[in-house]
Amino acid sequence: MAVCIAVIAKENYPLYIRSVPTQNELKFHYTVHTSLDVVEEKISAVGKSGDQRELYLGLLYPTEDYKVYGYVTNSKVKFVIVVDSSNTSLRDNEIRSMFRKLHNSFTDVMCNPFHNPGDPIQSKAFDGIVSGMMVQNA
Amino acid sequence: MHYSCYSCSHITILLLKVYPVKDILFLLPKFVPLCFPSGAGDQALFTSLYTTLAQQLPREPMEWRRTYGRAPKMIHLEANFVQFKEELLPKEGNKALLTFPFLHIYWTDCCDTEAYKGSVKEDMLRWQNSLRTHGSADWVIIVVENNETKKKNKTNILPRSSIIDKIRSDFCNKQNDRCVVLSEPLKDSSRSQESWSALLLKLRTLLLMSFTKNLGRFEDDMRTLREKRTQPGWSFCDYFMVQEELAFVFEMLQQFEDALVQYDELDALFTQYVLNFGAGDTANWLGSFCAPVRCWNGLLLRRPIDMEKRDLIQRGEASLLDLRSYLFSRQCTLLIFLQRPWEVTQRALELLHNCVQELRLLEVSVLEGALDCWVFLSCLEVLHRIEGCCDQAQLAANCSHTVGLWAYATDKLKSLGELCGLVSEKGPTSEDLNKTVDLLAGLGDERPETVNSLQSPYKKLKEALSSVEAFERHYLELSHAAMEMYQAISRMRSARLVGKSLAEFYMRKGDPERAESFLQEALKCYVSEGWSLPLTHTRKQIAQCQRLLNRTEDYLQTSALLAGDENLSSEEREHFCQEILNFASKSGDQGEPYMYITLSMGVFAHLTRLQFHPSTASVHSGADLQVELVLRCLMPVSVHLQQLVASIHFDIEQTSGTLGRSKGSQRLTNPGIVEFTQTTNSPSSNGTPALELDEIYDRSPTDNSLNSTGVICKNTHLLIRRHNSSSPSETPNGASPLTMKEEAQMLKVHDVTLHPGINSIKLKSVDPGTYTLRQLCVTLGQVQFILPHVYPSVQYEVYSQEPQLTVEPLEEPLLAGLPQFVQFTLLTGHYTVKKGDALQLSNSESMPILPSATCSARICNTAGGEQVLSIQSSEKVTSISLPPAAPYHSLMFQLQVLCLIPTGAERPPNERLTNGEVRHRPRSYSHPDTPMTAIDQRMSIDCPWSIYSTLLALTFYIPFKTKHSLLSAGNRSYVQVCLQNVSDEDFKLEEVKLLEKEDSSLQLLCLNNKTQQTLCSKHSLFCLWEVRWSDELPSSLHCLFSAHFSPLNHELSGSKPFHYSFQLDRTLYSVRAEILPPAGESHCRCGLLCALEVHITRLTDAAEGEVIEESKSETEAPKTTKLMYEVADSSSNWAVCGRSSGMVLMPLSPNATHKVQIEVMPLFAGHLPFPRIQVLKYLPHSAAPNIQPDPDSCVENDSLSLLDKSLDDQADTASIRSRGSVHSVGSSSDPAAPSSHQQRALNMPRLEPFSPGQVFNHSLTQQVLVLPTSDDHIMEVNAT
Repeated sequence: MAVCIAVIAKENYPLYIRSVPTQNELKFHYTVHTSLDVVEEKISAVGKSGDQRELYLGLLYPTEDYKVYGYVTNSKVKFVIVVDSSNTSLRDNEIRSMFRKLHNSFTDVMCNPFHNPGDPIQSKAFDGIVSGMMVQNA
Repeated sequence: MHYSCYSCSHITILLLKVYPVKDILFLLPKFVPLCFPSGAGDQALFTSLYTTLAQQLPREPMEWRRTYGRAPKMIHLEANFVQFKEELLPKEGNKALLTFPFLHIYWTDCCDTEAYKGSVKEDMLRWQNSLRTHGSADWVIIVVENNETKKKNKTNILPRSSIIDKIRSDFCNKQNDRCVVLSEPLKDSSRSQESWSALLLKLRTLLLMSFTKNLGRFEDDMRTLREKRTQPGWSFCDYFMVQEELAFVFEMLQQFEDALVQYDELDALFTQYVLNFGAGDTANWLGSFCAPVRCWNGLLLRRPIDMEKRDLIQRGEASLLDLRSYLFSRQCTLLIFLQRPWEVTQRALELLHNCVQELRLLEVSVLEGALDCWVFLSCLEVLHRIEGCCDQAQLAANCSHTVGLWAYATDKLKSLGELCGLVSEKGPTSEDLNKTVDLLAGLGDERPETVNSLQSPYKKLKEALSSVEAFERHYLELSHAAMEMYQAISRMRSARLVGKSLAEFYMRKGDPERAESFLQEALKCYVSEGWSLPLTHTRKQIAQCQRLLNRTEDYLQTSALLAGDENLSSEEREHFCQEILNFASKSGDQGEPYMYITLSMGVFAHLTRLQFHPSTASVHSGADLQVELVLRCLMPVSVHLQQLVASIHFDIEQTSGTLGRSKGSQRLTNPGIVEFTQTTNSPSSNGTPALELDEIYDRSPTDNSLNSTGVICKNTHLLIRRHNSSSPSETPNGASPLTMKEEAQMLKVHDVTLHPGINSIKLKSVDPGTYTLRQLCVTLGQVQFILPHVYPSVQYEVYSQEPQLTVEPLEEPLLAGLPQFVQFTLLTGHYTVKKGDALQLSNSESMPILPSATCSARICNTAGGEQVLSIQSSEKVTSISLPPAAPYHSLMFQLQVLCLIPTGAERPPNERLTNGEVRHRPRSYSHPDTPMTAIDQRMSIDCPWSIYSTLLALTFYIPFKTKHSLLSAGNRSYVQVCLQNVSDEDFKLEEVKLLEKEDSSLQLLCLNNKTQQTLCSKHSLFCLWEVRWSDELPSSLHCLFSAHFSPLNHELSGSKPFHYSFQLDRTLYSVRAEILPPAGESHCRCGLLCALEVHITRLTDAAEGEVIEESKSETEAPKTTKLMYEVADSSSNWAVCGRSSGMVLMPLSPNATHKVQIEVMPLFAGHLPFPRIQVLKYLPHSAAPNIQPDPDSCVENDSLSLLDKSLDDQADTASIRSRGSVHSVGSSSDPAAPSSHQQRALNMPRLEPFSPGQVFNHSLTQQVLVLPTSDDHIMEVNAT
């Protein structure tokens, strides 16, 4: 489904980033990094008005080839999912549920007493969840 | 067919909207020609009414109730009036809504029954029939009434009502409202007005009714058509036209929202078909859209309706891009009507992305670059369109909506430039030119709308592709515009990405200088946010720039960073490492000064650990201190280093006494190991350095107690530093240049090979002092890597120590008189004990060193164990030859010494030690901690390492205290000696003896029968001797008490007897006192004066040492001495009246008696003791003291009081000046020359008591009976 999934810390450094076509990893890094602009814009817009409980930020920006979706947790950890533009079967709801799943798994990672918040995520369980989201249509 | 009659006409009304926008008016003639009825009279009638009608009809809004629960709307109806023609009536199946006649109106001004019957009715019937055949039920007949006509035809006038009634009965059988009268329409009267408004209302109502009905039918038909889309032969283009007609209608009614919905539905339908195609479900009609793209001239948004494209669609010849372009242009038009320009931009971007995707999905063959052209043109067209309808302020405020298009256009132009060879340094090749020509061909001719504008997208693209310079200009313009916009809306990351792409452009243009600044900008961002992959990529590009710019230092720095970058493949890393090595091996042999390129160590290797051997990080000079550095080398290959230098800061710290080692970096948990935590490039810790806290303890200098404690931050200067100005740590050309500070001290190793990963390097060091590791430098040919600060700071200490000799008792306390072991400890310090070195101990009589057969020394710090010591004693010196020992070792051996207990009275003559110093009498004093008397025994040792003697003191304790007393009973005298054991040991006493030294006639009869006695700790032993004498007694007896003693539990051979010498003086005077009652009384009475008669009798001749009063006449025989007597009663029994003391001049002859009478008064009755009578020697002021005044001897008469003060003082001064100056000691050593202090005291006359025994008081304990006073019979009784 997704071609790239990233978890970005509050301070905007990547906690986790994985993409499916590995040869294009760099491009995805650039894409995800750039998308933080929009994420920040949206977060500040939400801060001013609107539902604080809505974590899903929606489509951050489309490119010719990819669609970038964003999600922000209450602790301002950002999730970014990049989907191939040609993958038209994906609906907004599915993206939302992917984010929810990701958030749940992320919460599990954070609950691990041996995990140091702020460190890159190396959890296998989290990796598994991410793989599940990427493999389906990869 | 000709319908026109003489006085009537019928008009068909077609519903049509008149567009508010002027340029859309051209629509009208196309679809609905505006016609007037022909025929003279009628045309005149309608023409006369038309203007008013056309004006008045849309004036009032009507509520439009709609089907399917859609909200009602108020709309204004406008109409076109067209002359009726049978051809205009819609045929069966013609669904065209725009040309649909909604309401048919028959106009007549016939008022003549004849005429009506004759022609009008027939005409109406025919009209009605034709309407009926076409199924149209929307009609109305309007009868215009004119007064003129009435007047004209006065004669055959029918009642007006009758014509109306006739028409009504003939045509509107049930619908009376289908016939309306308009009275005097051209008159300005109230009646005319009324009838006009009634007519208009009727017309509107009927029109709307018809419209609603027909629209509903149209929509139903449209839906039916849509449902047929799965059937073969269904054509999207046909359906498109149908639904678009609906959109047009809504648009005409100004229902733009509804109109937009129609287009959106079409859009979605088409999109779905394309997606289905992608999923394998092919529709036949899609074939036309899959045709290769031949024209890519972009969107055209300047026309409300692009008729060319519409025609193409209608004909089914449109390509996908045509359809999309047309759809979007319509949507755009409507959105702009709706005042939603920003949605246009957003939709445009989606559209462009979508189109690219769709073409890909449909596998439409497109010329390479054609789509880029299309997208580029489209982006600019959209932007132009938006600019055209917004002012500058609005545009600036909504950058966020347009910037995407700018960036997209930039992107596309760049790829076009690359495709057409406009970016390369050399310019386009012929192949590139061919491509360009092909691409330009697809653009076609410029649209007529923009031919005259200078800045059309078409012109821009054409120009940009025409030459390298023009391309650069356009590309830079776009890029900068996009970047500025991104920056304006603070999308810095996007701006940097554009900048990066600009940098890539510059690189291809061969302008690395400009490229670098953009890259550095981007790099900073990636570094600060910790995005390693983009970081690596960007850095690689920077490296390339720097290489091209020949910025060697920066290039090497970047190369080093890249060589250690784990994101790169090992080949790449090795390449960058090799770059450094190549440079390093390039020897600077061009005669230029050997310049080092200095780089930060952090890129090359990390110092991870530092370990000291020994772990205390403190060694004595000359010893090896190893500093082991653990470096994690980041290079991918092994690197050979010319040298590795640790520069150290050197402090000559005064390590006085204590080795001040407990400060500094001693908070290490692991002794001697310092771990350096590398701040990895996680940006959480980035920017703000970690707090470096240290504990501080403020201890009082005197007793080392804790005054205060606290925590200090050692790097406040870093933390408090202004944050924005801080440069990221890894910037190679950062603010602080890396310099190796010149330090005198360096630790070096040469020729080391660092392997990738962990390396351990050992360094060694030397001179005394404290060393702080400051910097680390690795030299690699011409390249130096410097670690500017070693943090946390690491110190080590090298100290130098003088040899130290200490002598300590093996067990406390050392007892005098018994052989005791003392421990000699020699800390060799920096001195090497060579063979033949010996310690020379000056022998002291009071503390001989006992020879011992087996004496061995132990040398510590090495495995070597016991070594035999040889001790040679001569008369004055004991020499101990030491075994050889290395520096900083300790040598220990034991010697047995015996401290003689001083016997007391005898005073040894001044002696000098072998080294010329005055031998000191050991000093004894009462020690506060113990009841035993202490003796400080000094030792003087000559050591081979020093020209000075080492003076050491040992404190011995005398285990006994002795007291003697002379007991007399009548003629017999006894000497009692009390020996008190004050030590903790039990002793065995033997051979307790008392000897008289001089007088042989004296006999001391021992009354103690036991030969051996045990004296336990804290017990006393009394010994008694009777003194018998035959001859005349000497004036004083010198007695010596001696006893052999040894510890109870073990026998000791070498013990010396304990001696106690004392002096018993012969009685010089006897004092006899008598109290005589007052005259006439037999007894003394209380309160009455009595006489105290004191007889002082001289018993002997002048004894030696007595002060003889110089008589005035020298011839006078008896010599005299002055005595002082004193009567004092301490117990307040007596009141001494008159003189209580006085001076007596006593002749120095036996039995010379002096009688003194003193008046005393008893104060109480009873047996009262005599008042105390004291006799003292009176020394005149000139007399030199015979015996030095000794305060001790006055108070207490024991053996310890025998030392004189002046020698004590002398010992003190000697101890201070023990290192030299002999001459000053000698001056005060002579007791005959008393110090000035003493001299001053001797100038005064003074009193001196006699030694015990010299004065015998006969009446010491005598009592006298005192009676109470005779009249002392009054008693005071107090009863309560």
